[in-house]
Amino acid sequence: MKSPCKSLVVLSSVVLLCCAALILGPKVSAAGEGKISGTVKLDGTAPHMKGIDMSKDPFCAKAHASDPGHLETVVVGSGGGLQNVVLYISEGWSGSPTVATNVPIFDQKNCMYTPHVLAMDVNQKFSVKTSDATTHNIHPNPNPMTGNIPWNQSQPPGAAAVEKSWKAAEVIPVQCNIHPWMHGWFVVVKGPYATTDDSGNYTINNVPPGSYTVTAWQEDLGSQTQKVTVAAGGAGAANFTFKAK
Amino acid sequence: MGTELRKWSLLLGAAAFLALPLPSWAQLTTIDLAQKLNTEAHVGKLTGHAKAGAADYRRYCVGCHGDLGDGNGEVAQWLEPPMWPKPRNFQLGVFKCRSTPTGTLPTDQDLFDAIGRGFDRSAMPIWNTFTNQQRVDLVAWVKHFSPRFSGGEKPGDPIQIPPEPEVTPERIKAGRDVFARVQCWKCHGVQGMANGPSASTLTDDLGRPIAAFNFAEGSRPKCGDTDKDIYRIFMTGLDGTPMPSFADNIKPDEAWDLVFYLRTFMAQNSKAKAMAKQLGLKPVDPNAPAPAGQ
Repeated sequence: MKSPCKSLVVLSSVVLLCCAALILGPKVSAAGEGKISGTVKLDGTAPHMKGIDMSKDPFCAKAHASDPGHLETVVVGSGGGLQNVVLYISEGWSGSPTVATNVPIFDQKNCMYTPHVLAMDVNQKFSVKTSDATTHNIHPNPNPMTGNIPWNQSQPPGAAAVEKSWKAAEVIPVQCNIHPWMHGWFVVVKGPYATTDDSGNYTINNVPPGSYTVTAWQEDLGSQTQKVTVAAGGAGAANFTFKAK
Repeated sequence: MGTELRKWSLLLGAAAFLALPLPSWAQLTTIDLAQKLNTEAHVGKLTGHAKAGAADYRRYCVGCHGDLGDGNGEVAQWLEPPMWPKPRNFQLGVFKCRSTPTGTLPTDQDLFDAIGRGFDRSAMPIWNTFTNQQRVDLVAWVKHFSPRFSGGEKPGDPIQIPPEPEVTPERIKAGRDVFARVQCWKCHGVQGMANGPSASTLTDDLGRPIAAFNFAEGSRPKCGDTDKDIYRIFMTGLDGTPMPSFADNIKPDEAWDLVFYLRTFMAQNSKAKAMAKQLGLKPVDPNAPAPAGQ
Protein backbone atom coordinates (compact mmCIF):
# COMPACT_ATOMS: atom_id res chain seq x y z
CA MET A 1 0.00 0.00 0.00
CA LYS A 2 2.85 2.32 0.94
CA SER A 3 5.02 2.30 -2.11
CA PRO A 4 2.38 2.68 -4.86
CA CYS A 5 0.88 5.56 -2.88
CA LYS A 6 4.26 7.25 -2.61
CA SER A 7 5.20 6.73 -6.23
CA LEU A 8 1.83 8.06 -7.27
CA VAL A 9 2.48 11.24 -5.31
CA VAL A 10 5.95 11.56 -6.78
CA LEU A 11 4.69 10.86 -10.29
CA SER A 12 1.82 13.30 -10.06
CA SER A 13 4.05 16.04 -8.64
CA VAL A 14 6.54 15.48 -11.46
CA VAL A 15 3.71 15.70 -13.98
CA LEU A 16 2.41 18.81 -12.25
CA LEU A 17 5.85 20.41 -12.31
CA CYS A 18 6.27 19.65 -15.99
CA CYS A 19 2.84 21.08 -16.71
CA ALA A 20 3.74 24.15 -14.71
CA ALA A 21 6.97 24.51 -16.66
CA LEU A 22 5.08 24.25 -19.92
CA ILE A 23 2.19 26.45 -18.97
CA LEU A 24 3.98 29.20 -17.15
CA GLY A 25 5.73 30.61 -20.13
CA PRO A 26 5.51 34.37 -19.63
CA LYS A 27 2.15 35.77 -20.70
CA VAL A 28 1.33 32.73 -22.79
CA SER A 29 -2.16 31.55 -22.12
CA ALA A 30 -2.36 27.84 -22.48
CA ALA A 31 -5.18 25.47 -21.72
CA GLY A 32 -5.15 24.30 -18.12
CA GLU A 33 -3.93 27.53 -16.64
CA GLY A 34 -6.37 29.12 -14.26
CA LYS A 35 -6.65 32.25 -12.25
CA ILE A 36 -7.59 33.52 -8.82
CA SER A 37 -9.62 36.66 -8.48
CA GLY A 38 -11.61 38.58 -5.95
CA THR A 39 -12.09 41.86 -4.14
CA VAL A 40 -10.39 43.30 -1.09
CA LYS A 41 -12.49 45.61 1.06
CA LEU A 42 -12.16 47.70 4.14
CA ASP A 43 -14.69 47.13 6.91
CA GLY A 44 -15.24 50.39 8.72
CA THR A 45 -14.53 54.05 8.09
CA ALA A 46 -11.60 54.86 5.88
CA PRO A 47 -8.89 56.47 8.01
CA HIS A 48 -8.03 60.09 7.33
CA MET A 49 -4.96 60.38 5.13
CA LYS A 50 -2.95 63.39 6.18
CA GLY A 51 -2.04 65.99 3.61
CA ILE A 52 1.63 66.44 2.74
CA ASP A 53 3.42 69.75 3.13
CA MET A 54 5.68 69.96 0.08
CA SER A 55 6.58 73.62 0.50
CA LYS A 56 10.27 72.80 0.97
CA ASP A 57 10.53 71.97 -2.71
CA PRO A 58 8.90 74.56 -5.00
CA PHE A 59 8.59 72.06 -7.85
CA CYS A 60 6.64 69.58 -5.72
CA ALA A 61 4.48 72.29 -4.17
CA LYS A 62 3.61 73.69 -7.60
CA ALA A 63 2.76 70.25 -8.99
CA HIS A 64 0.22 69.82 -6.20
CA ALA A 65 -1.05 73.41 -6.12
CA SER A 66 -4.61 72.45 -7.06
CA ASP A 67 -4.52 68.81 -5.94
CA PRO A 68 -2.76 68.49 -2.56
CA GLY A 69 -0.78 65.30 -1.98
CA HIS A 70 -1.92 62.89 0.72
CA LEU A 71 -0.34 59.93 2.46
CA GLU A 72 -1.26 56.63 0.79
CA THR A 73 -1.05 54.25 3.72
CA VAL A 74 -4.68 53.12 3.32
CA VAL A 75 -6.32 54.02 0.00
CA VAL A 76 -10.04 53.24 -0.14
CA GLY A 77 -11.99 53.47 -3.39
CA SER A 78 -15.59 53.05 -4.43
CA GLY A 79 -17.63 50.57 -2.36
CA GLY A 80 -14.92 50.30 0.28
CA GLY A 81 -12.45 48.64 -2.10
CA LEU A 82 -8.87 48.69 -0.82
CA GLN A 83 -6.22 49.75 -3.33
CA ASN A 84 -2.54 48.71 -3.27
CA VAL A 85 -3.10 45.33 -1.63
CA VAL A 86 -0.72 42.68 -2.92
CA LEU A 87 -2.12 39.19 -3.46
CA TYR A 88 0.25 36.28 -3.88
CA ILE A 89 0.44 32.53 -3.40
CA SER A 90 2.13 31.84 -0.10
CA GLU A 91 1.64 28.06 0.00
CA GLY A 92 1.19 25.34 -2.59
CA TRP A 93 3.26 27.06 -5.26
CA SER A 94 5.94 24.67 -6.49
CA GLY A 95 8.01 27.38 -8.10
CA SER A 96 7.99 28.31 -11.74
CA PRO A 97 11.18 27.95 -13.72
CA THR A 98 10.36 31.08 -15.67
CA VAL A 99 10.19 34.50 -14.13
CA ALA A 100 7.66 37.01 -15.44
CA THR A 101 9.33 38.92 -18.26
CA ASN A 102 7.28 42.10 -18.25
CA VAL A 103 9.15 45.00 -16.64
CA PRO A 104 6.87 46.90 -14.24
CA ILE A 105 7.58 50.62 -13.88
CA PHE A 106 7.98 52.55 -10.64
CA ASP A 107 7.63 56.23 -11.50
CA GLN A 108 8.58 59.28 -9.46
CA LYS A 109 5.87 61.68 -10.52
CA ASN A 110 4.96 64.98 -8.90
CA CYS A 111 7.08 63.97 -5.91
CA MET A 112 5.01 60.84 -5.24
CA TYR A 113 5.57 57.19 -6.13
CA THR A 114 3.36 55.81 -8.89
CA PRO A 115 2.39 53.15 -8.01
CA HIS A 116 2.74 53.46 -4.26
CA VAL A 117 3.16 49.67 -4.03
CA LEU A 118 4.96 47.72 -6.74
CA ALA A 119 4.70 43.94 -6.61
CA MET A 120 7.12 41.73 -8.50
CA ASP A 121 8.46 38.23 -8.80
CA VAL A 122 11.84 37.21 -7.39
CA ASN A 123 14.45 38.01 -10.09
CA GLN A 124 11.89 39.87 -12.21
CA LYS A 125 13.31 43.07 -13.69
CA PHE A 126 11.64 46.34 -12.77
CA SER A 127 12.35 49.87 -13.88
CA VAL A 128 12.59 53.04 -11.79
CA LYS A 129 12.06 56.25 -13.72
CA THR A 130 11.52 59.91 -12.95
CA SER A 131 9.03 62.28 -14.56
CA ASP A 132 9.99 65.19 -12.32
CA ALA A 133 12.03 68.35 -12.81
CA THR A 134 13.55 67.96 -9.36
CA THR A 135 16.23 65.56 -8.15
CA HIS A 136 15.16 62.36 -6.39
CA ASN A 137 17.21 59.63 -4.85
CA ILE A 138 15.78 56.16 -5.07
CA HIS A 139 16.73 54.30 -1.91
CA PRO A 140 15.26 50.84 -1.25
CA ASN A 141 16.09 49.51 2.18
CA PRO A 142 15.92 45.68 2.26
CA ASN A 143 17.41 43.56 5.02
CA PRO A 144 20.82 42.49 3.61
CA MET A 145 20.50 39.20 5.53
CA THR A 146 17.79 38.04 3.11
CA GLY A 147 20.18 38.27 0.18
CA ASN A 148 18.65 41.52 -1.10
CA ILE A 149 21.28 44.24 -1.05
CA PRO A 150 20.39 47.90 -0.38
CA TRP A 151 21.42 50.53 -2.93
CA ASN A 152 20.87 54.24 -3.37
CA GLN A 153 20.93 56.07 -6.69
CA SER A 154 20.27 59.66 -7.64
CA GLN A 155 17.83 60.56 -10.39
CA PRO A 156 18.16 64.21 -11.35
CA PRO A 157 15.72 65.68 -13.91
CA GLY A 158 15.99 63.83 -17.22
CA ALA A 159 17.91 60.91 -15.73
CA ALA A 160 17.69 57.58 -17.52
CA ALA A 161 15.57 54.84 -15.95
CA VAL A 162 17.31 52.38 -13.64
CA GLU A 163 16.63 48.67 -14.16
CA LYS A 164 17.02 46.32 -11.21
CA SER A 165 15.75 43.08 -9.66
CA TRP A 166 15.69 41.41 -6.23
CA LYS A 167 17.11 38.03 -5.30
CA ALA A 168 14.77 37.05 -2.48
CA ALA A 169 11.12 37.38 -1.47
CA GLU A 170 10.80 40.34 0.90
CA VAL A 171 8.66 43.42 1.54
CA ILE A 172 11.11 46.26 0.90
CA PRO A 173 10.45 49.85 1.93
CA VAL A 174 11.69 52.44 -0.54
CA GLN A 175 12.16 56.11 0.10
CA CYS A 176 13.58 59.37 -1.21
CA ASN A 177 15.79 61.06 1.34
CA ILE A 178 15.47 64.41 -0.41
CA HIS A 179 11.66 64.31 -0.15
CA PRO A 180 11.10 62.41 3.09
CA TRP A 181 7.35 62.07 2.52
CA MET A 182 8.05 59.88 -0.53
CA HIS A 183 7.64 56.40 0.82
CA GLY A 184 6.64 53.31 -1.13
CA TRP A 185 7.04 49.54 -1.23
CA PHE A 186 8.59 46.87 -3.41
CA VAL A 187 6.75 43.66 -2.59
CA VAL A 188 8.88 40.80 -3.90
CA VAL A 189 7.09 37.44 -3.98
CA LYS A 190 7.70 33.99 -5.40
CA GLY A 191 5.36 33.15 -8.25
CA PRO A 192 2.30 34.87 -9.68
CA TYR A 193 0.87 37.91 -7.94
CA ALA A 194 -1.59 40.76 -8.36
CA THR A 195 -2.18 44.19 -6.87
CA THR A 196 -5.69 45.51 -6.24
CA ASP A 197 -6.98 48.36 -8.40
CA ASP A 198 -8.80 51.43 -7.11
CA SER A 199 -11.99 49.38 -6.54
CA GLY A 200 -10.14 46.67 -4.64
CA ASN A 201 -10.38 44.13 -7.47
CA TYR A 202 -7.59 41.79 -8.44
CA THR A 203 -6.85 38.81 -10.67
CA ILE A 204 -3.84 36.56 -10.32
CA ASN A 205 -3.23 35.02 -13.74
CA ASN A 206 -1.09 32.06 -14.80
CA VAL A 207 -2.12 29.81 -11.93
CA PRO A 208 -1.86 26.09 -12.71
CA PRO A 209 -4.55 23.83 -11.24
CA GLY A 210 -4.02 23.06 -7.57
CA SER A 211 -4.76 23.98 -4.00
CA TYR A 212 -3.17 27.11 -2.69
CA THR A 213 -2.99 29.53 0.18
CA VAL A 214 -3.39 33.09 -1.03
CA THR A 215 -2.02 35.92 1.10
CA ALA A 216 -3.30 39.49 0.94
CA TRP A 217 -0.74 42.04 2.19
CA GLN A 218 -1.61 45.61 3.14
CA GLU A 219 1.14 47.89 4.40
CA ASP A 220 -0.75 49.15 7.44
CA LEU A 221 -3.45 46.56 8.11
CA GLY A 222 -1.23 43.49 7.85
CA SER A 223 -1.72 40.17 6.08
CA GLN A 224 -4.57 37.68 5.70
CA THR A 225 -4.65 34.26 4.10
CA GLN A 226 -7.26 32.07 2.47
CA LYS A 227 -7.29 28.60 0.94
CA VAL A 228 -8.21 28.52 -2.73
CA THR A 229 -8.55 25.66 -5.18
CA VAL A 230 -8.08 26.24 -8.88
CA ALA A 231 -9.39 23.69 -11.36
CA ALA A 232 -7.78 23.20 -14.77
CA GLY A 233 -8.61 26.28 -16.80
CA GLY A 234 -10.87 27.44 -14.00
CA ALA A 235 -10.99 30.33 -11.66
CA GLY A 236 -10.63 30.38 -7.90
CA ALA A 237 -12.16 33.13 -5.83
CA ALA A 238 -10.89 34.75 -2.67
CA ASN A 239 -12.40 37.91 -1.20
CA PHE A 240 -10.74 39.60 1.73
CA THR A 241 -12.01 42.10 4.27
CA PHE A 242 -9.66 44.12 6.45
CA LYS A 243 -11.01 45.73 9.60
CA ALA A 244 -10.32 49.44 9.83
CA LYS A 245 -8.03 50.24 12.77
CA MET B 1 1.41 4.02 7.26
CA GLY B 2 0.76 5.42 10.71
CA THR B 3 4.25 4.73 12.06
CA GLU B 4 5.74 6.11 8.87
CA LEU B 5 3.82 9.33 9.35
CA ARG B 6 4.82 9.61 12.97
CA LYS B 7 8.45 9.09 12.09
CA TRP B 8 8.34 11.86 9.52
CA SER B 9 6.50 14.30 11.74
CA LEU B 10 9.01 13.66 14.54
CA LEU B 11 11.87 14.27 12.17
CA LEU B 12 10.27 17.40 10.80
CA GLY B 13 9.51 18.65 14.29
CA ALA B 14 13.10 18.10 15.35
CA ALA B 15 14.33 19.91 12.26
CA ALA B 16 12.01 22.84 12.89
CA PHE B 17 13.10 22.99 16.52
CA LEU B 18 16.77 23.03 15.56
CA ALA B 19 16.25 25.66 12.90
CA LEU B 20 14.32 28.05 15.14
CA PRO B 21 17.08 29.66 17.22
CA LEU B 22 19.29 30.31 14.20
CA PRO B 23 19.40 33.78 12.69
CA SER B 24 17.60 33.95 9.39
CA TRP B 25 20.74 34.12 7.29
CA ALA B 26 21.96 30.85 8.70
CA GLN B 27 18.96 29.13 7.18
CA LEU B 28 19.45 30.80 3.84
CA THR B 29 23.17 30.34 3.52
CA THR B 30 24.99 27.21 4.43
CA ILE B 31 28.34 28.64 5.35
CA ASP B 32 30.06 26.63 8.00
CA LEU B 33 32.25 28.19 10.64
CA ALA B 34 35.44 26.72 9.20
CA GLN B 35 34.73 28.41 5.89
CA LYS B 36 34.09 31.72 7.65
CA LEU B 37 37.28 31.45 9.66
CA ASN B 38 39.24 30.83 6.50
CA THR B 39 38.18 34.18 5.03
CA GLU B 40 41.14 35.95 3.46
CA ALA B 41 41.91 39.52 2.47
CA HIS B 42 44.36 40.63 -0.21
CA VAL B 43 45.94 44.06 -0.34
CA GLY B 44 48.92 44.50 -2.62
CA LYS B 45 51.27 41.62 -1.90
CA LEU B 46 49.87 41.02 1.57
CA THR B 47 47.42 38.28 2.45
CA GLY B 48 45.33 38.65 5.57
CA HIS B 49 43.90 35.68 7.49
CA ALA B 50 40.78 36.06 9.57
CA LYS B 51 42.08 33.93 12.43
CA ALA B 52 45.23 36.05 12.65
CA GLY B 53 43.14 39.22 13.01
CA ALA B 54 40.92 37.88 15.80
CA ALA B 55 43.21 38.80 18.69
CA ASP B 56 43.69 42.41 17.59
CA TYR B 57 39.95 42.70 16.97
CA ARG B 58 39.20 41.51 20.50
CA ARG B 59 41.70 43.93 21.96
CA TYR B 60 40.99 47.09 19.93
CA CYS B 61 37.66 46.83 18.08
CA VAL B 62 35.32 44.76 20.20
CA GLY B 63 34.39 47.61 22.55
CA CYS B 64 32.37 49.30 19.84
CA HIS B 65 31.82 46.72 17.10
CA GLY B 66 31.05 43.82 19.48
CA ASP B 67 32.04 40.16 19.66
CA LEU B 68 29.66 39.27 16.87
CA GLY B 69 30.63 42.23 14.70
CA ASP B 70 27.06 43.50 14.91
CA GLY B 71 28.05 46.99 16.09
CA ASN B 72 26.64 46.33 19.56
CA GLY B 73 29.79 46.49 21.67
CA GLU B 74 29.61 47.77 25.23
CA VAL B 75 30.38 51.32 24.20
CA ALA B 76 27.82 51.46 21.37
CA GLN B 77 24.99 52.49 23.67
CA TRP B 78 26.80 55.72 24.56
CA LEU B 79 27.23 56.82 20.99
CA GLU B 80 24.37 59.10 20.01
CA PRO B 81 23.83 59.92 16.33
CA PRO B 82 24.09 62.19 14.48
CA MET B 83 26.92 63.66 16.64
CA TRP B 84 28.40 60.20 17.21
CA PRO B 85 27.46 57.69 14.52
CA LYS B 86 26.77 54.16 15.78
CA PRO B 87 29.50 51.55 15.12
CA ARG B 88 29.17 49.67 11.83
CA ASN B 89 27.34 46.33 11.84
CA PHE B 90 29.77 44.14 9.91
CA GLN B 91 27.24 41.31 9.55
CA LEU B 92 25.23 43.32 7.03
CA GLY B 93 28.15 43.75 4.65
CA VAL B 94 27.02 47.30 3.82
CA PHE B 95 29.81 49.89 3.86
CA LYS B 96 30.01 53.66 3.32
CA CYS B 97 33.51 54.02 1.92
CA ARG B 98 33.85 52.00 -1.24
CA SER B 99 35.53 52.32 -4.60
CA THR B 100 32.77 50.02 -5.96
CA PRO B 101 29.25 50.84 -7.23
CA THR B 102 26.30 51.24 -4.88
CA GLY B 103 24.83 47.92 -3.76
CA THR B 104 28.12 46.04 -4.10
CA LEU B 105 30.74 44.88 -1.62
CA PRO B 106 33.84 47.04 -1.09
CA THR B 107 37.28 45.81 -2.08
CA ASP B 108 39.75 44.63 0.56
CA GLN B 109 41.77 47.75 -0.19
CA ASP B 110 38.72 49.92 0.65
CA LEU B 111 38.36 48.30 4.10
CA PHE B 112 42.12 48.47 4.63
CA ASP B 113 42.08 52.20 3.85
CA ALA B 114 39.09 52.81 6.12
CA ILE B 115 40.89 51.29 9.12
CA GLY B 116 43.99 53.40 8.52
CA ARG B 117 42.05 56.58 7.78
CA GLY B 118 39.55 56.37 10.62
CA PHE B 119 36.26 58.22 10.43
CA ASP B 120 36.27 61.94 11.08
CA ARG B 121 33.47 63.13 13.39
CA SER B 122 32.95 59.67 14.84
CA ALA B 123 34.40 57.49 17.58
CA MET B 124 36.50 55.58 15.03
CA PRO B 125 40.12 56.69 15.43
CA ILE B 126 42.90 56.59 12.86
CA TRP B 127 44.35 53.09 13.32
CA ASN B 128 47.71 53.85 11.74
CA THR B 129 49.52 52.23 14.65
CA PHE B 130 49.00 48.78 13.20
CA THR B 131 51.46 47.23 10.82
CA ASN B 132 50.09 46.66 7.34
CA GLN B 133 49.97 42.92 8.05
CA GLN B 134 47.89 43.49 11.19
CA ARG B 135 45.54 45.71 9.23
CA VAL B 136 45.03 43.25 6.41
CA ASP B 137 44.42 40.45 8.97
CA LEU B 138 41.80 42.70 10.59
CA VAL B 139 40.17 43.23 7.20
CA ALA B 140 39.83 39.45 6.85
CA TRP B 141 38.33 39.19 10.34
CA VAL B 142 35.89 42.03 9.63
CA LYS B 143 34.85 40.27 6.40
CA HIS B 144 34.28 36.93 8.14
CA PHE B 145 31.27 38.38 10.02
CA SER B 146 29.24 38.87 6.86
CA PRO B 147 27.69 35.94 5.02
CA ARG B 148 28.04 38.08 1.89
CA PHE B 149 31.84 37.88 2.02
CA SER B 150 32.18 34.40 3.46
CA GLY B 151 29.51 33.13 1.07
CA GLY B 152 31.76 34.02 -1.83
CA GLU B 153 30.12 37.21 -3.16
CA LYS B 154 32.71 39.27 -5.02
CA PRO B 155 33.25 43.02 -4.63
CA GLY B 156 31.91 45.26 -7.40
CA ASP B 157 34.24 46.51 -10.14
CA PRO B 158 35.84 49.72 -8.85
CA ILE B 159 34.65 52.83 -10.68
CA GLN B 160 37.25 54.21 -13.05
CA ILE B 161 38.69 57.61 -12.14
CA PRO B 162 40.41 59.41 -15.03
CA PRO B 163 43.58 61.39 -14.24
CA GLU B 164 42.89 64.70 -12.52
CA PRO B 165 42.88 67.61 -14.98
CA GLU B 166 44.30 71.07 -14.24
CA VAL B 167 41.85 73.25 -12.32
CA THR B 168 40.64 76.26 -14.36
CA PRO B 169 38.00 78.97 -13.79
CA GLU B 170 35.95 77.37 -16.60
CA ARG B 171 35.99 74.03 -14.82
CA ILE B 172 34.89 75.60 -11.54
CA LYS B 173 32.01 77.33 -13.32
CA ALA B 174 31.08 74.06 -15.05
CA GLY B 175 31.20 72.36 -11.64
CA ARG B 176 28.72 74.91 -10.33
CA ASP B 177 26.37 73.93 -13.16
CA VAL B 178 26.65 70.24 -12.21
CA PHE B 179 26.00 71.19 -8.57
CA ALA B 180 22.83 73.01 -9.68
CA ARG B 181 21.69 70.30 -12.10
CA VAL B 182 21.94 67.28 -9.79
CA GLN B 183 20.83 69.46 -6.86
CA CYS B 184 23.49 68.60 -4.28
CA TRP B 185 22.21 71.64 -2.39
CA LYS B 186 18.95 69.91 -1.46
CA CYS B 187 20.87 68.42 1.46
CA HIS B 188 24.28 70.10 1.46
CA GLY B 189 22.99 73.66 1.02
CA VAL B 190 23.88 76.19 -1.67
CA GLN B 191 27.14 77.00 0.13
CA GLY B 192 27.88 73.44 1.24
CA MET B 193 26.98 74.21 4.84
CA ALA B 194 24.70 71.17 5.30
CA ASN B 195 21.65 73.40 5.59
CA GLY B 196 19.69 72.46 2.46
CA PRO B 197 15.89 72.09 2.69
CA SER B 198 16.12 68.31 3.21
CA ALA B 199 19.09 68.31 5.61
CA SER B 200 17.11 68.24 8.84
CA THR B 201 15.09 65.13 7.99
CA LEU B 202 17.91 62.77 6.99
CA THR B 203 18.11 59.29 8.50
CA ASP B 204 20.34 56.31 7.77
CA ASP B 205 19.16 52.84 6.65
CA LEU B 206 18.45 51.89 10.26
CA GLY B 207 16.32 55.00 10.83
CA ARG B 208 18.88 56.89 12.91
CA PRO B 209 19.42 60.62 12.34
CA ILE B 210 22.40 61.47 10.18
CA ALA B 211 23.90 64.79 9.09
CA ALA B 212 24.83 65.83 5.57
CA PHE B 213 28.52 66.75 5.20
CA ASN B 214 29.25 70.37 6.02
CA PHE B 215 31.99 71.43 3.60
CA ALA B 216 32.55 74.79 5.28
CA GLU B 217 33.30 73.74 8.87
CA GLY B 218 36.81 72.47 8.14
CA SER B 219 36.34 68.78 8.92
CA ARG B 220 37.45 65.95 6.66
CA PRO B 221 34.95 63.97 4.60
CA LYS B 222 34.48 60.55 6.23
CA CYS B 223 35.76 58.63 3.21
CA GLY B 224 38.91 60.66 2.60
CA ASP B 225 39.88 64.22 1.77
CA THR B 226 41.93 64.02 -1.41
CA ASP B 227 40.41 65.22 -4.69
CA LYS B 228 40.21 61.58 -5.78
CA ASP B 229 38.40 60.63 -2.58
CA ILE B 230 35.79 63.36 -3.14
CA TYR B 231 35.31 62.18 -6.74
CA ARG B 232 34.82 58.63 -5.51
CA ILE B 233 32.40 59.62 -2.71
CA PHE B 234 29.73 61.14 -4.94
CA MET B 235 30.15 58.64 -7.76
CA THR B 236 29.77 55.52 -5.54
CA GLY B 237 27.48 57.03 -2.93
CA LEU B 238 27.78 56.13 0.75
CA ASP B 239 25.72 52.94 1.17
CA GLY B 240 23.59 52.77 4.29
CA THR B 241 23.21 56.58 4.27
CA PRO B 242 21.02 59.03 2.31
CA MET B 243 23.96 59.90 0.03
CA PRO B 244 23.13 58.32 -3.35
CA SER B 245 25.42 57.30 -6.17
CA PHE B 246 25.67 59.81 -9.02
CA ALA B 247 27.61 57.47 -11.30
CA ASP B 248 24.76 57.27 -13.83
CA ASN B 249 24.20 61.02 -13.93
CA ILE B 250 27.57 62.73 -13.83
CA LYS B 251 30.09 62.09 -16.63
CA PRO B 252 33.72 61.49 -15.60
CA ASP B 253 34.93 64.84 -16.90
CA GLU B 254 32.05 66.71 -15.23
CA ALA B 255 32.83 64.88 -12.03
CA TRP B 256 36.22 66.58 -11.84
CA ASP B 257 34.50 69.94 -12.43
CA LEU B 258 32.24 69.19 -9.47
CA VAL B 259 35.23 68.23 -7.28
CA PHE B 260 36.78 71.64 -8.01
CA TYR B 261 33.55 73.46 -7.24
CA LEU B 262 33.11 71.56 -3.94
CA ARG B 263 36.67 72.56 -3.03
CA THR B 264 35.59 76.21 -3.14
CA PHE B 265 33.25 75.57 -0.18
CA MET B 266 35.89 73.97 1.98
CA ALA B 267 37.67 75.82 4.76
CA GLN B 268 41.01 74.38 3.67
CA ASN B 269 42.91 76.52 1.19
CA SER B 270 43.11 75.25 -2.35
CA LYS B 271 43.82 76.51 -5.85
CA ALA B 272 40.12 76.18 -6.67
CA LYS B 273 39.12 78.25 -3.64
CA ALA B 274 41.47 81.08 -4.59
CA MET B 275 40.21 81.03 -8.19
CA ALA B 276 36.56 81.12 -7.11
CA LYS B 277 37.27 84.16 -4.94
CA GLN B 278 38.68 85.98 -7.97
CA LEU B 279 35.72 84.92 -10.10
CA GLY B 280 33.28 86.22 -7.49
CA LEU B 281 31.07 83.15 -7.98
CA LYS B 282 27.63 83.41 -6.41
CA PRO B 283 25.88 80.42 -4.84
CA VAL B 284 23.33 78.64 -7.04
CA ASP B 285 19.74 79.86 -6.83
CA PRO B 286 17.61 77.23 -5.08
CA ASN B 287 14.44 78.71 -6.58
CA ALA B 288 15.60 78.56 -10.19
CA PRO B 289 13.77 75.94 -12.24
CA ALA B 290 15.82 72.78 -12.52
CA PRO B 291 18.09 72.78 -15.58
CA ALA B 292 17.12 70.27 -18.26
CA GLY B 293 18.66 66.82 -18.19
CA GLN B 294 21.99 66.05 -19.79
